[in-house]
Amino acid sequence: MNEVYYISATIALISTLMVITRLNAIHALLYFIVSLFSVAIIFFILGAPFAAALEVIIYAGAIMVLFVFVIMMLNLGPEAIEQERQLFRPEVWIGPGVLSFVLFLEFIYVIRNYGRHLSGVAVIGPKQVGIVLFGPYLLGVELASLLLLVGLVGAYHLGRRRRSSGLRKGEKQ
Amino acid sequence: MLELLCMIPFLPFAGFVILTLIGRRITDRLAALIGAGSVAISAIITFVVGYNFLVLPPAGHPYTQVLWTWMRIGSFTPCISFYLDPLSLIMILVVTFVGFLIHLYSVEFMKGEEGYSRFFAYMNLFVGSMLTLVLADNLVLLYLGWEGVGLCSYLLIGFWYKDPANGRAAIKAFVVTRVGDAAMAVGLFLLFTNLGTLNIQELMGLASQKWPIGSGIAAAAAVLLLGGAAGKSAQLPLQTWLPDAMAGPTPVSALIHAATMVTAGVYLIARTHVLFTLAPAVQTTVAITGAATLLLASISAITQRDIKRVLAYSTISQIGYMFLALGVGAWSAAIFHFMTHAFFKALLFLGAGAVIIGLDREHDMYKMGGLRKQLPVAFWTFLIGSASLSALPLVTAGFYSKDLILWQVWASDRGSILLCAGGVAGAFLTSVYTFRMLFLTFAGNATSQVTRKPGPLMKIPLITLAVLSLIAGLIDIPATLGNLPTLSEFLHSALPPVPMSHANPLIEGKLQFITSLLALVGIMFAYRIFLHSPQHTGRAEEIKRSPIATAIHCFLFQGWNFDLLYDKFIVQPFVRLARFNRGDFIDFIYTGIALFIRSFNRVLSFTQSGKVRWYAAGLAVGAVILIGIAEFL
Amino acid sequence: MEHGLILAGMLFCIGLAGVIVRRNIIFTLLSIEIMLNASGLAFVVAGSRWGQADGQIIFIFILAMAAAEVSVGLALLLQLYHKFKTLDSDTASRMRG
Repeated sequence: MNEVYYISATIALISTLMVITRLNAIHALLYFIVSLFSVAIIFFILGAPFAAALEVIIYAGAIMVLFVFVIMMLNLGPEAIEQERQLFRPEVWIGPGVLSFVLFLEFIYVIRNYGRHLSGVAVIGPKQVGIVLFGPYLLGVELASLLLLVGLVGAYHLGRRRRSSGLRKGEKQ
Repeated sequence: MLELLCMIPFLPFAGFVILTLIGRRITDRLAALIGAGSVAISAIITFVVGYNFLVLPPAGHPYTQVLWTWMRIGSFTPCISFYLDPLSLIMILVVTFVGFLIHLYSVEFMKGEEGYSRFFAYMNLFVGSMLTLVLADNLVLLYLGWEGVGLCSYLLIGFWYKDPANGRAAIKAFVVTRVGDAAMAVGLFLLFTNLGTLNIQELMGLASQKWPIGSGIAAAAAVLLLGGAAGKSAQLPLQTWLPDAMAGPTPVSALIHAATMVTAGVYLIARTHVLFTLAPAVQTTVAITGAATLLLASISAITQRDIKRVLAYSTISQIGYMFLALGVGAWSAAIFHFMTHAFFKALLFLGAGAVIIGLDREHDMYKMGGLRKQLPVAFWTFLIGSASLSALPLVTAGFYSKDLILWQVWASDRGSILLCAGGVAGAFLTSVYTFRMLFLTFAGNATSQVTRKPGPLMKIPLITLAVLSLIAGLIDIPATLGNLPTLSEFLHSALPPVPMSHANPLIEGKLQFITSLLALVGIMFAYRIFLHSPQHTGRAEEIKRSPIATAIHCFLFQGWNFDLLYDKFIVQPFVRLARFNRGDFIDFIYTGIALFIRSFNRVLSFTQSGKVRWYAAGLAVGAVILIGIAEFL
Repeated sequence: MEHGLILAGMLFCIGLAGVIVRRNIIFTLLSIEIMLNASGLAFVVAGSRWGQADGQIIFIFILAMAAAEVSVGLALLLQLYHKFKTLDSDTASRMRG
């Protein structure tokens, strides 16, 4: 298991490096998703399957998708057209491809070995997490939900398109 | 009746206050009435007080009138108190009487001038200050009067303030006398810290007890007081202001710069004579200063063109005589000369004023001439004044006083032949420049017409002063002519007699003869050179136009170039220094703090770039530093 | 478990570098996500070390917070884009007053 851990760690590092060095936002996003997957594998190894699942579902599945949507919505003009042309180039594919492939292999290995975990590490399953979550950390849950509500309202308000090109009272162009 | 003493200076001050408050709203006549009237009443009171002083027993005993305590600072409690003794009595008699005559004259002289009441206000302030100076019982009150007359001199010289040249002349007078005043103030400090009092009589007593003859402190105090006196009396080296002070109206020149203020220095030295007797070196300095000044000024006077400047240099020269007398210990002679000088110099100035105003403000003598017929009263009084100034023998007051001085310079223990010779040479030169002035102005052919003749208010003072210039000498008749030294004896209680150990009366007679002869020779000389000026031989013309002669003439004309000297060595370096320090490096301590904070602000405002990345970087740096501190310290 | 923490640290630093270096706001937000992810990793590692569920709980909270923050941040990004017509964060540097 230790080897899996180190491989995942390496992939996480490399892909994160790639995230911050890309020119194209979509590329960076995709690399980040790879990074998220590798971190999920690490979680799994550490005996936190619930956290791993959450990482994939929420982080990679919701937040990054949101990112992608917004960037697509931005409709970055000529750059986007260029990007189209480059999308099908093999050089661009290599990096994410290799990383994803290795990740994929890991997935297979981990899943096949479900139940076997890192030596000396206890598995803390969802049941335990749930009990503690709605026990001592109840207040935190409520606050988190409040935060999400606030985020929702804020995002709605800020995301509104105004008729008058965004000018507010007293603001100068 | 002696209690009326305090009214003598009070009345002119009251006149000043009234004229300052309501001067703009009253007519010129009323202003003149108040102005001249206050001095007139003051003069009358002076006579009354003087009479009482002489007659009431104990006759001639000094009278002190304390009004109130001025301030109380520890042991320093000067009072406003007036001291009347023979010396101050003579002074106030002259000041009030001559002052009144000049006020009367200026009622007509300044008629039609704007600022008429302002003029009288300032003149009253001056008379009040001068009387305070003379009557002061302690040196602090004397210094108050001293500064007051200095202020009035400034105000009156710059009376026609619209012409900036007058303002500059006024400032020059003030600044130069200020140098002397500063020295005098230091002298007062010295006296107070060493003797503990500034009351004049006490001071004299304590000084003669505590300080031996020739002591350093007495010399220091005396030389500082001499500095103050030299400034006020326009002696070397502070004589540069007086010729330029002629920019003021003529009555001002007559009163302030001839009769009264410039003699304040003489009065000061006479009052504090004990200090000077205790410092023989300084006393000799006084004499040498007087002798040098009188020669310098008389030589310069011969070259001047402006009639008032001749009289200014003449004043400097005559006060040089007084200083010379003081320097050899002839205190009464100096005061005697002061009195006669006040009469004839005021007369000369008033006469010059009549000429100037008659020719519509013409000052250049070379443009005058032949005014004898057109201004007869002015001519005759001017002639009498000139005769008195030149000390023509026997008939004029100037003869008696000047000869007394010269005789006592010769005979005194502290005198010397050199000083006497200087004085005698000065007498010759006096006669030359005086009669040059007279001939150029009144004799010869008329070149201009008189437009305004003097009225009665101008003629009365002229005639009165002319009479006084003739008979005033008779109060001190020397031994060779009758021996009636009433004035000297009168002053004995205040001013000790001259120490003469080897006085030969015959020499006195010879000296009188020589000086009278020289005076007459001077008149001849002036007549030859200045009246018969058109008929010069070719040779004389050549000499006159040679570069050396013109250079010397220029040098003397500018008063031996003292102005140039002072400008080059004192004024210019100071101005350069002031310009250099325009940024004011001491101020920099405070402005430097402001500058530093401003530059610091500029540095700090860089950190507010508004860029998010910059702030994030700041956070990162901060975190690194904090963790570093937490880890490694 | 130091290896886990080291990894978390490295990821965090990479994210921090990304925040500071990149001018494009999208990348800034992305880098912030990297950082949040790294800190979550650190928590889970710690929880695993001590055998408690608390690490995962904190991770859940971090996740919730990241979600809220991303939505608001992207909304702001859209506003910025409409206003300045560019995604350069340095253009929004004029401060009022």
